[in-house]
Amino acid sequence: MSSARPIATTRSAAGMPTGRLAVWWVIASEIVIFGGIIASYVMYRLSHDSFARDAAETKMWIGAINTFVLLTSSLFAVLGHKAAEEGDGRKAANMLYLTSLGGLIFLVIKTFEWADKISHGHTLSSSPFFSFYYLAAGLHALHVAVGVLIMLIVAQTARRNLELHRVELIGVYWHFVDIVWIFLFPLLYIAK
Amino acid sequence: MAETIPVAHPHEHAHEHHEEGFFKKYLWSTDHKIIAMQYMITGMAMALIGAFFAYVFRSQLAFPGMSVPGFGVVSPNEYNALITNHGAIMIFWFAMPVLIAAFGNYLIPLMIGADDMVFPRINRLSYQIFLLSALVLISSFFVEGGPFGGAWTMYPPLSSNADYSQTPLGSAIFIVAVALEFIAFLLGGINFIVTAMNSRAPGMRMYDIPIVVWFIVLASILFMASVGPLIAGAGMLFFDNRFGTRFFDPAHGGDPILWQHLFWFFGHPEVYVVLLPAVGIVAEIITTFARKKLFAYKTVLYTAFGTSVLSFTVWAHHQFVAGIDPRMANVFTVTTLLISVPVAEMMFVYIATLYGGSITFTTPMLWALSFIATFLIGGVTGIFLGASGTDIYLHDTYFVLAHFHYTFVPIAIIGTFAGFTYWFPKMSGRMLDERLGKIHFWGTVIPFNLIFIPLFILGAAGEHRRIWDFTQFPELSAEWMRNLDKLATVSLWVMLAFQAVFLVNVIYSLRRGAKAPRNPWAANTLEWTTDSPPPHGNWKELPRVYRGPYEYSVPGRETDFWPQNQPN
Repeated sequence: MSSARPIATTRSAAGMPTGRLAVWWVIASEIVIFGGIIASYVMYRLSHDSFARDAAETKMWIGAINTFVLLTSSLFAVLGHKAAEEGDGRKAANMLYLTSLGGLIFLVIKTFEWADKISHGHTLSSSPFFSFYYLAAGLHALHVAVGVLIMLIVAQTARRNLELHRVELIGVYWHFVDIVWIFLFPLLYIAK
Repeated sequence: MAETIPVAHPHEHAHEHHEEGFFKKYLWSTDHKIIAMQYMITGMAMALIGAFFAYVFRSQLAFPGMSVPGFGVVSPNEYNALITNHGAIMIFWFAMPVLIAAFGNYLIPLMIGADDMVFPRINRLSYQIFLLSALVLISSFFVEGGPFGGAWTMYPPLSSNADYSQTPLGSAIFIVAVALEFIAFLLGGINFIVTAMNSRAPGMRMYDIPIVVWFIVLASILFMASVGPLIAGAGMLFFDNRFGTRFFDPAHGGDPILWQHLFWFFGHPEVYVVLLPAVGIVAEIITTFARKKLFAYKTVLYTAFGTSVLSFTVWAHHQFVAGIDPRMANVFTVTTLLISVPVAEMMFVYIATLYGGSITFTTPMLWALSFIATFLIGGVTGIFLGASGTDIYLHDTYFVLAHFHYTFVPIAIIGTFAGFTYWFPKMSGRMLDERLGKIHFWGTVIPFNLIFIPLFILGAAGEHRRIWDFTQFPELSAEWMRNLDKLATVSLWVMLAFQAVFLVNVIYSLRRGAKAPRNPWAANTLEWTTDSPPPHGNWKELPRVYRGPYEYSVPGRETDFWPQNQPN
């Protein structure tokens, strides 16, 4: 079939560009997925004392650094969006590269943190808390990794001043990934 | 986005005249009509597999130890595996792909006057993931230990621990297949929602959208909002199964009841996910063949919103015997009984639509009317199960089974046949044979009732639904009960045999059937204003909409219908 977009894609009867509308629906579906994990975690946590003991093993300062890294990367996503709105594709792309860098640093820190945990015997199957710890943070890390990948693709086209609206869409997604972390950080690191 | 429409390709014109090969045209297409047909054919093929399973295990149940033609003697493990996969296939690989994905893909762009879905390539990806999920499920029949047999609800520990299920690989594959299927429908659902929200023809306001489009979109939203926790749960279950976590193992700080909550938080809205498209299909058919405006369009819509919201509050009525706090059981009894109000209201609205109409009993109309009649029985028997007192007695008996088949068969089988016979002229450009269609209709609906009415009686008498051979448990079943079971099974054979009439009808009509005009039923909605079958791009010039979809028999007009795209 021809690669041209159907006319359907260009309409906006709801008053919102199709891409933006779709991203919000994607986020809505993601919210319930993370919501399911977080709700399960909270229910277990309230009824099992072992969770508090295990949670004491996590290092809050590592989580805090990661929070800082991720929030900072979101700032660059916003600056990228601003540049895209002004039509400056080159600057928008550079900002997205900085955002991706933040995502990568987050993942590197996470890798070291997990390696340390595993070396102390806290594996996926060692206790319910750590099962959740790896499952929830792992699913989040997967979202970070996929986000970085998409962001690099978006930046490639944005650099040539093409498809600039995508800068906003990936930014919206990135903020969502951020917000999930804001929920996970207190649940997994702060509450002892 | 308007400002970023790719500047027309220089080669685009050449593209249009280029004849595509079979592969690109039918298997790798992004055209919503082709993808709809892919979903339809795959779903119906899966339904045949599911029906074959039902034939095998029902034969074993009624005539224990018999060598079932086409299968052989059924062992207890095989019996469990067949039941499990029958349930999973019929809901996940037949009802959902056909009712939502196939009809949604076919109807949404055509009924809202668009040339395609908003994301055609995501649409294709959605089907491909769905096909993969079906293949993954089928592959579980060929692995060591055999397919999963712990019921389609996948309760742990059967699903999480191979020591209990004896299907180490089968259960893991089953979970993966279900998870893949969910992802396929999430992708497809987002596409449906965004298409219906954004790509309506100029002039089509919210209340000019045909009910079936509204309901498929609502079903997609409902699915999206309910399936998340189960996707998370499926991940946890898979980890339990493969990587030694103990999310659902009480001996190590887990809780098997959590799975039940996650599953039914999805599982009950799922009933409405498949119900709504079927109810929508019936709305289109009833208005067309009664030549009447849909009674209270907005009420139907608000009722559906109400049902959707309420459907999130009833799930624990599946867990009345799972050790739930009786006070909680009371709450869920109340919400469950409440949800029958909006659903009953929809049925009343349809009956009011029929009242005083000039009804023609075409095949699609017969299917639509039988939907109302049989679903009513399913709904009414649900009240016994929603009330925790009677449910504790009826739990896990054939009464439960008969109840949900009286809801799911009208939805999935009758709803599909109603929609298929109604839109077949549009899909294929040929008319179906009415006489064969009616033979098939009566040959399906009468045996269907003869299968499940006996099962209501059996269930009320206390016959347990998870026993593969009652001769081993004579204290659980009396002679007259065995005879009713035989009646149900023989009726099933008859019903399955009559499906051959349908196949003959489709094949015969595709080759020899009368050519279908653009608008064979004199209906109002937009899909009838283009050629049968519609060309790629659907219309030469996309339509404009001037009124609602149900303006039939408007006084003072020459014709008794008033297509949505006619200025006056």
